[in-house]
Amino acid sequence: MTDAAFVISAYAVIIGGLALYTAVLWRRLSAARRDDEAR
Amino acid sequence: MRTRILGFVALGAVVAMTVVGLFVVPADLNQGDAQRIMYPHVASAWVGYLSFGVTALAGIGWLWRRDRRFDAVALAAAEIGVMFTAFAIWGGMMWGRPIWGVFWQWEDPRLITTALLLALYVGYLLFRRLTDDPERRATRAAIVGIVAAIDIPIVHFSVEWWRGLHQTATIGSPDRVLNPSAPMQFVATLLGTLAAFTLAWAYLMIRRYQLARAEAQREESRRVERVMSARTAEPAR
Repeated sequence: MTDAAFVISAYAVIIGGLALYTAVLWRRLSAARRDDEAR
Repeated sequence: MRTRILGFVALGAVVAMTVVGLFVVPADLNQGDAQRIMYPHVASAWVGYLSFGVTALAGIGWLWRRDRRFDAVALAAAEIGVMFTAFAIWGGMMWGRPIWGVFWQWEDPRLITTALLLALYVGYLLFRRLTDDPERRATRAAIVGIVAAIDIPIVHFSVEWWRGLHQTATIGSPDRVLNPSAPMQFVATLLGTLAAFTLAWAYLMIRRYQLARAEAQREESRRVERVMSARTAEPAR
């Protein structure tokens, strides 16, 4: 693969960032729901 | 349950299109493998536009109906739009270095207007933190979100209006989609990645909206608790 470092950097940040954001969103949402149930 | 199914479909689509973009579709004759970056780059830019457009429309909805759900939609779309626009800029930089010879060019209108779009909506998110009053915050944010959206067509048409390094719009007209100059497998991969990212966007929008609503309810109950405790702390007359 030519320019592999650039291709991998682009995909890693975009797909990895998407996965990370989704995971953080899940955590925040489940924490908010737990908070709601505790109330 | 439906949202969960949407999540699985979006996950499958993003994984599949990543594999296709990286390993299945051939490298471009002139640009080599760097051209593979175009698939998530263009898809991220499209989803960024979509998000900020939704923020502006939800802002109009709030100003018109004063329904807090519009504000939650605007917030969700702005946060997700900031993320996808940052991805688009990152992808563009990673493609620009091997193809243009530079990561960034300050004279390029598309690059500058996109960076401005990102800065405007980061500002929108920060601006929301300036007040605790939900009504005032929603109104101010709606105005900022609508005004900032003026930059969306400027970003899109910047490559037509001014000369720069960036090529003209990838999907500028229906004719370009129906009669593409690129080989069909490149076009199909690009459209597939656009669809996959749009599905992921829809899933994230629903989840972020649910979080925004839960946070708004928590904020409201805290406010009520504060008012109640202030009243009980007052000396009896």
